[in-house]
This record gives sequence, C-alpha cells and structure tokens, in this order.
Amino acid sequence: MADLVDIKIIDPGVDDNIAKLTPERIKETINKVLTQETAARLKVYMDTCVHCGLCAEACQSYVSRDKDPDYAPVAKVRDTIWEMVKRKGDVDGEFLHNAARIAFVDCGACRRCSMYCPFGIDISYLIMTVRRIMNLLGVVPQYLQDTTNSHAATMNQMWVQQDDWIDTLMWQEEDAQAELAGTRIPLDKQGADIMYSIIGPEPKILAQLIANMAIIFKAAGADWTMPSTDGWDNSNMAMYSGDFETMGRVERLHWDTASQLKVKRVVMGECGHAYRGAVYDGPRWLGWTKPPIPMVHAVEYYYELIKSGRIKIARKIEEPVTVQDPCNIVRGRGLQDKLRYIVNAICEDFRDMDPRYEHNYCCQAGGGLINCGPPWKLSRMKSNRVKADQIHDTGAHLVITPCHNCHSGIEDIIGHYKLGCHVSFISELLVKTMEMPEA
Amino acid sequence: MYEFVSGPLVWIAFIGFFGGLLYQFVTTVRLAKKERVVLPTMSPKFGLRSLLHWVFPFAGVSTRARPFFTLISFAFHICLLVTPLFLMGHAVLWRQSFGLTWWSLPEGVADVMTLVVIFGCLFFVVRRLVQPEVRNVSEPSDFVLALVVLAPFLTGYIAHQQWLPYQTMIIIHIVTGVIWLLAIPWTRLVHMLWFAFTRAYMGSEFGSVRHSRDW
Repeated sequence: MADLVDIKIIDPGVDDNIAKLTPERIKETINKVLTQETAARLKVYMDTCVHCGLCAEACQSYVSRDKDPDYAPVAKVRDTIWEMVKRKGDVDGEFLHNAARIAFVDCGACRRCSMYCPFGIDISYLIMTVRRIMNLLGVVPQYLQDTTNSHAATMNQMWVQQDDWIDTLMWQEEDAQAELAGTRIPLDKQGADIMYSIIGPEPKILAQLIANMAIIFKAAGADWTMPSTDGWDNSNMAMYSGDFETMGRVERLHWDTASQLKVKRVVMGECGHAYRGAVYDGPRWLGWTKPPIPMVHAVEYYYELIKSGRIKIARKIEEPVTVQDPCNIVRGRGLQDKLRYIVNAICEDFRDMDPRYEHNYCCQAGGGLINCGPPWKLSRMKSNRVKADQIHDTGAHLVITPCHNCHSGIEDIIGHYKLGCHVSFISELLVKTMEMPEA
Repeated sequence: MYEFVSGPLVWIAFIGFFGGLLYQFVTTVRLAKKERVVLPTMSPKFGLRSLLHWVFPFAGVSTRARPFFTLISFAFHICLLVTPLFLMGHAVLWRQSFGLTWWSLPEGVADVMTLVVIFGCLFFVVRRLVQPEVRNVSEPSDFVLALVVLAPFLTGYIAHQQWLPYQTMIIIHIVTGVIWLLAIPWTRLVHMLWFAFTRAYMGSEFGSVRHSRDW
C-alpha cells in the first residue's frame, strides 16, 4: 500500500486540473497517445513483462520505504500505464491523481531498474509516456508546470529576462576578476572554440558558479563565449513534464544559438538532465540522430584540462569526500571513471559509495522530481533513505555532485537525515585547489 | 483419438506456433518503423554485448545479486527448451513424421531435466505467492500461464513413468503441449521471442547512445 500521507497530498496543478476534466477528454487523450505517439516499444514491453518483480530491488524508493511493494517499478507501471491500456483510457480522477504522484514524484526516470529487468524493459520510457499523457491532460504538479511555462515564455527555466541575464554575467565577470585578474566572460564571440551553456537556475540563484567557470576557462587559456541572447539555457523541464513540443523548441534554440556562434563545441555546466535533453531527447524529438555540434559535459571538460595539464592542482581537499554518480552522465554517458579521476586529483581522501558507477542509487531529485516543489519534499525524503545510508556509510564530510538536481536533492537528504555533511560542485573545488596563473 | 491428437492437432500446433510468432514479429517490426528511435538505435555490437551478459548466469550484477533465483531460473529455462527438442520419445516422432534424425538425451538425464522444469514451475508459483513485491503485481493469468507450462511436462513425466493409464496420459500430454505452443505467441510467454530483442535494444541504447553498460 502506497504511503497514505503521500496519497493525500493535494497539488493544485494536479487536483484542480483533474476537476476540470470530463471522462471523454480523459479517454480521448489517453487513446491519442496510445495509438499515435507510441508503437512497438509500448506493445512489446506490455506483452513481455512477466510480472517477476526483479526490478523492485533496483528502485531507491522501494528499498527506502521498507520494501513497500507499491513502490516497485513494476507496480508503478501497473498502477499507471497498464491500467490505461487495459481500460482503454477509461480511468477516473482518483486514478489520475494517483498516477500523477507515481509518474512525477515516485519515479525519477533514472533507468536503474532496466539494469535489473532480465528483459531490459525501459520502465522509465513507460513512466515518461504516462507523463506525456498527463501533460496533454493538463495534469502536472504546479511547480513543475511553472518551470515549463517559463521555458515556453522566456526560453529559460527561471523567468530570467535578457537584461538580467547580461547584467548577471557582467556582475560575475567582475567577481571572477577579483579572483583572477583579466578573467572575461566573452559574449557572442563568433567562431570561438567553445560555447558555454548553463541551466536557468545558475544566473537566478547560483550565479557564483558562472564566475567559477570563467576562472577555470581563463586559467586553461580557453577560447570561449556565452550568448547574450535566449538559447543560453540548456536545461529542459518541459522534457520531464511531458511537454515535448516545448522541449523541442528549447533544444532547437540552444543548438541554433551555438550554430550561429559558429563554435566548435558546446561545453555545459555541471548538470545531468540538461545533458540528456541536449544530446538525446531533444535531438530525437527534432528528428536528428545527434546534436549538430559536439556537446561536452563539464566532467569531461575538467578531465581533459587536468589530464592534459592545462590546469594544475596546487593543493588538495583534505576532508573525506564521496561522489554521487548522476544518472544522466554516468548511466547516461559513462563518465564514472573521468569523474573519479578528477575527484582523486583534487581530493586526498576519496571514499566511494556502495553501490557505485552505473549501479549507484538515484538522488530522487532529478527527472523533474525536485521541481515538483515543496508539497512533495517530504515524500522525496522518505523515498531516499537508502541514499542517506550510502552517504553515512562512506564517512565522508563532503559529497561531490556534478549535477544540479543531485546537488539539491542530496542537500535535502543531508538536512532531513541530519548527516552533517555538505555538498559541492566540482567547479567550486577546482577554483580552491587549482594553481592560479600569473595574470 | 490418439490418431487425431498426434496427427492433425500437432500440425495445428506447429503452424499456430510458428505462424503466430511470425505474425507477431512482422507486425511489430512494422510498428517499430513508426518509432524514431528503435531501429536507428539498434546496434549489433552493443546489443550482443548486452545479451551475452544476460544469457550467462552471474555475468551481471543482477544475476549475481540473487544466486539461488538465478540458478533455478537458468536451469528451468534451459531444461524447458532442451528437453522437448531432444527427448528420445520425441526423437522417434521427429523421425517418423519428418525423417529428421538427431541426437537425443539419455533417459535418466531427460527425467531429471523434466523434474527441473516441474520444480521450477512450482518454485515460480510459490515465489509469486510468498514474495510481496511479486504477489502485488500477480494476476490470475500469471498462475494460469505457469499451469500451461507445467502441464505438458507433468503429464509427459507421468505418462513416461506409467503411473496412470499410458494412452490417456499421452493424449492429455499432447493436448497440453499443443495448448502451450499455441499460447506462446499470444500471451506473456512471448517473452521467448522478445527477450533477445528487448535486451538487445536496451544494450544498444546503453552502449551506443549512452556509452554505458546495462548489466
């Protein structure tokens, strides 16, 4: 039985909108997605799943909630898409309320379960199909929908206006210059080697990360630029709210911007889902097999800089550290070894989590979960006790998280379970540990 | 009666089995062409790499995590596929009907393998009743399917041991075997066909697109 407190959570984006739906609209919408937007994968996955339950142990929410069977991935699928298919879309408001909770808050689409399903059923795809249906019904948690609305209206996630954007970059340039004289944030530099793109929350609430990166680029002697216009945001919450049309617009603009700047590659900040959006989901929706310009995640870029000696490490972090493997760059890009190379280069006492690499547990924040906002925070915490245990068992004081969602999610977990650790991005540690060149 | 079940009915079973699988395959490939990602993503190299890690027990984290379940599950599936094909009693029929001669299992080995299938079926049913995460998603059809698989092996074993009237048991054995074969393309037993493809697709996506491993 799913958590009774969580079942009763009222989210206006979900419940007010369910109240406006008619049975006909529900049925029509579900069947539209089932017949026009899905094909072989849904059919084969539905036909092949033998209800063996081997996926259960893979899910952090199942493990964290004392093996409550309703949190097993297969149960989440049964309580959402199976029923929609079986009842041919004939489902009621109560069903949709429950399905919204499951699809938007209880599954982070991290794909760990597909590594435990003997058939490799893409359960995250099934959950994303549920989200797509919910989006077309207008049933999306309010906070998450707000970020999607922001993407649609401003082409960034946080309602950042262009003057604010440019002003923030100039402010960060000044801050960076105080650390390393001569640091610039070059805007709209045609033909630069690198366009640096970031996620909306950075200029809004974590602006110092932009200065950090400017310092790293300066120290490495990189030829880089950032756009002054829309298209600078590589994040994509529309991808997770099921609004694939907006997702496509955001990704197209991001790549158009990079193309107009004629850069050789795009380096992106420390974010996981943005990588997924820019490299897989976005291009696929747009009908491209791959992005038009190579995309390099910050972890790959830092690795390149340290390995080649373009930046040198002058001192190391002494306190014990551990690292979170973000799903979208480890299970989604295989960056686990490069990540550890960097961590070992800048930290003296690195302690790995168990399990680790592709088998590390999800942060229960990515996949749009944390964006569902305060109504769901406690539920997220209950669903990730296993991450608290993992961190605690390492004995680390610092958790390195090269992903914004992992960062915020683990910060929440540390607070909730009183682990007494702190969380850091790699860029924050790099500017503390690297050798600053003479200006 | 025996003439009918061992003649036309068996033909119906084979035609239904192969025809059903072919139909599923053709219609699904057609559906797959409608998807933007499935066929372009399929990679023989990464698909096979993943499959190899899943067709050998203990080659991946998942199978290593449950050694007991893995052993039973692999033994069950191997015996399930091998025994009917290479049973001596069946070999005689292959020769009579199609003139095909091939190697067959020694009698004692075939007996043990049949018992493994029977035990495996019972194990899966008990697991379904006892393990909360499995019971929670079990439907009546899951138990019926276990029975459909169990029946031909159990009746075949009883007939072979001659515990009950042989002729009757053989007829029941053939009928249950026919039901089993006919059920495969149209029920969740179709995982026999799709296993390789779903796994290969996931292996391809993890390997060629996401540069990581799915085992």
